[in-house]
Amino acid sequence: MSTEAQEIQDLTGGEYKYGFVTDIESDTVPKGLNEDVVRLISSKKEEPEWLLEWRLKAFRMWQQMDEPRWPNVAYEAIDYQDISYYSAPRMKEKPKSLDEVDPELLATYEKLGIPLREQEMLAGVAVDAVFDSVSVATTFKDKLKDMGIIFCSFSEAVREHPDLVRRYLGSVVPAADNFFAALNSAVFSDGSFVYIPKGVRCPMELSTYFRINSSETGQFERTLIVADEGAYVSYLEGCTAPIRDENQLHAAVVELVALDNAQIKYSTVQNWYPGDKDGKGGIYNFVTKRGKCAGVNSKISWTQVETGSAITWKYPSCILSGDNSVGEFYSVAVTNNMQQADTGTKMIHIGKNTRSTIVSKGISAGRSQNTYRGLVKISKQADGARNFSQCDSMLIGDACGAHTFPYIENHNSSAQLEHEASTSKIGEDQIFYCNQRGIATEDAVNMIVNGFCKEVFRELPMEFAVEAQKLLGISLEGSVG
Amino acid sequence: MLDIRNLHASVAGKPILKGLNLSVQPGEIHAIMGPNGSGKSTLAGVLAGRDLYEVTEGEIIYKGRNLLELSAEERACEGVFLAFQYPVEIPGVSNTYFLKAALNAVRKYQGQAELDAVDFLALVKEKVQLVEMNPALLNRPVNEGFSGGEKKRNEILQMAVLNPLLSILDETDSGLDIDALRIVANGVNKLHTPDNAAIVVTHYQRLLNYIVPDFVHVLVDGRIVTSGDKELAFHLEEQGYDWVKEHADTAGQPA
Repeated sequence: MSTEAQEIQDLTGGEYKYGFVTDIESDTVPKGLNEDVVRLISSKKEEPEWLLEWRLKAFRMWQQMDEPRWPNVAYEAIDYQDISYYSAPRMKEKPKSLDEVDPELLATYEKLGIPLREQEMLAGVAVDAVFDSVSVATTFKDKLKDMGIIFCSFSEAVREHPDLVRRYLGSVVPAADNFFAALNSAVFSDGSFVYIPKGVRCPMELSTYFRINSSETGQFERTLIVADEGAYVSYLEGCTAPIRDENQLHAAVVELVALDNAQIKYSTVQNWYPGDKDGKGGIYNFVTKRGKCAGVNSKISWTQVETGSAITWKYPSCILSGDNSVGEFYSVAVTNNMQQADTGTKMIHIGKNTRSTIVSKGISAGRSQNTYRGLVKISKQADGARNFSQCDSMLIGDACGAHTFPYIENHNSSAQLEHEASTSKIGEDQIFYCNQRGIATEDAVNMIVNGFCKEVFRELPMEFAVEAQKLLGISLEGSVG
Repeated sequence: MLDIRNLHASVAGKPILKGLNLSVQPGEIHAIMGPNGSGKSTLAGVLAGRDLYEVTEGEIIYKGRNLLELSAEERACEGVFLAFQYPVEIPGVSNTYFLKAALNAVRKYQGQAELDAVDFLALVKEKVQLVEMNPALLNRPVNEGFSGGEKKRNEILQMAVLNPLLSILDETDSGLDIDALRIVANGVNKLHTPDNAAIVVTHYQRLLNYIVPDFVHVLVDGRIVTSGDKELAFHLEEQGYDWVKEHADTAGQPA
C-alpha cells in the first residue's frame, strides 16, 4: 500500500464518538410481525379505530410487496420476523415537565451535547425528544400554543388533533407508496407532528433529536408537518445512535404539506452509527421523505447532511402541484469505511412556472460507495417549469466509489433544465499545499471537504451548520494522515 | 541556517539530485539556475518535504536540526516556506480563512497565542498593501479563478503573513508579465531582512534584475556545477547553459 493510501485509510478510520448505550428499562414487544402485533401497537397507543384500520390496510399491502432491489447497495437479506416492532421507555406516567424525566435519559442528551434545560433557556429551540419510540419531553409547547402552533409527538396529535392527522396522514406518502413506507405505516411507533396555522411564522427552529437506543429494535418514526396558508416553519432533525453489533432497521416516513404561500424548510443532520471499519453493525436507514407544495407560491426546501448509517436509502422529494411553487434539495452525503449510500431527490413538476434546485455533494472515503440518484419530472401541464441540478462528487483515496444516476422525464417543451456534474479527487497537491503552510493533514482534509460542501452548509440554520462542519470532521477523522 | 550536504534524491526510483551541496546563511539570497530537468524543482520539493521525492543519500541541516526528520507541516512551522510554481486551487475555501488557519497553525506550533479575527484582518490588510494585491481576492476561494499573476502574488502574500525564515521561490517568475514580475519581486525584497534567507529558483536571468542575489549557483544534472555572484547570471544569459555544461564536463566535481 502506498503511503498516501495508508494515510488516507488512517484518517478516514475515525471511531464513532457517540457510541454508548443508556441503561433504561424498555417495554419491548416480542420479535415478529403479524396482524396481532399491529393491533397490539395500536392498542398500546390507545389509537382510534380508523387509525388501526389504516395500519392494517398498510400491513396487508406490505405483505404483497417486495423489498426494492434497484438501489446501488448490497446487504444481507433482512429477516422481518426477527425484529421487535415496539419499544417504549418504561414510565409510571407521562412526565409533565423535564424534572420528571428520567435523569439518565437527560444525561444521554448531555453526552450528545444537547442539554435540554440549557436549550430551553438559552437557545430558543423547542425540542420534541424522541427516545426510542415514545416522546418523553416536549418543551416550549405553551409558548407555541399561544400562537396556535401545534408541535407535539405523533401519538399526542392522534389524541388531541385527530381531524388534522386524519386529513393529512398519507396524503403525501400513501400507505402503499413503497415497501418501507408501507412497513412504517403498519407499525410506526411515534414521531413528531407540526401544524402552523394560517399566516403564522413560527418564531423558532423546531427540532427533534432522534435517538435509537434499544438493542435490535427497529425504529419506525412518522413525521407530519403541515404549513397552512401563508405559514412558515423551519424544522431541524438530528440523529445519533449508540454502538452495537446487530444491524438495525430504520424506516421512517416524513410528510410535508405546504398550502398556498406557505414555506417549509426541513434540515437534517444524520449521524447514526455507520458500523465499524469492516462494516459490522450500523444502521440501515431506509427513509421516505416527501413534501407536497399543494398551494400556489408555496416552497419546500430540504437540506441534509448525511454522515452516518451503514446503508442509506433516502430521496427527500418535492411534488410541485401549486402554480409558481418552489422545491429545493441541498445535500451532503459522506460515506467512509464500508458505508453505502444511495440518496438523492425527486422533483415532480405539475403546476405552472414551478421551479426546483438540486445541489448534491457526495464525498466518498475508505471503501465506501456513494450514489446520487435523482429524478426531475416535468408533467405535460407544467408550463414554464425550470430545474437546475448540480451533482458533485469527491473521492478520498482510491478504494471508494462515486456514482451518479440523474433521470430526467420531460413532457413539456417549455421547460428549462440544466444539469451540471463533476467528480474530483481530493488532491495530494491540495493536501501538500496546506501542509506547506503549516496546516496538518487532518485539518487540511477537513478544510477542503468543508469548502466543497459550502453551497449546502450555507442553507443550514447557523447552529446546525457549525454542528455539521464538526460532524464532517469527525466522520473523516483519520482519513488522510 | 541551512546546510545541504551531498544530497541525492530520486523520483519514482529515478535519480534527480546527485550530490548537491549548498550552504545558506541568514541575510543571504541564493539564486539557483539551470536548464530544464536539472533538478531545480526537485530541490525545492525536497526542502519543503514533499513525499514524492525520496532522499537516498546525504543530509540537510536546518537551524542545527535534521530537516529530513520533520514532516512538511513541521518544516512550515519551523519557518520553511515554499512559493509554489503552480499554486493549488482550493474551491469553497476563502483565501482569508486559509491564511488565518495557516498563520494560527504556525503560531500555535511556535507557542504563540492564536490571532483573533480582528487582529488577523488588520495584519492581512497591511500585507495586502505590501504585495499590491487586490483586496477583493481575499474573499475569493484560494487561487480559484485567479490569473497567473494573481496566483503568484497570493503566494507572496502568504509569505508575508507567515513571515518565514527560509523562503524557497520555485520559478516564481514563470508566467508573469514584466509588471507582475516587478510587483512580486518588490514584495520579496521588502520581506527580506538580515535574519531571513531566500533561495530563488529560476530558469531565466530576468527575475534577478529585480531580486538581486548574493550568490548564483548553476545546477546541471543534479549537481551545482558552478557558483558565483550575480555576474554569473548575466554571463549565463549571454552564453546559455551549454557553456556551463561543457564547463561542468571538463571541470568534473562541483565546487
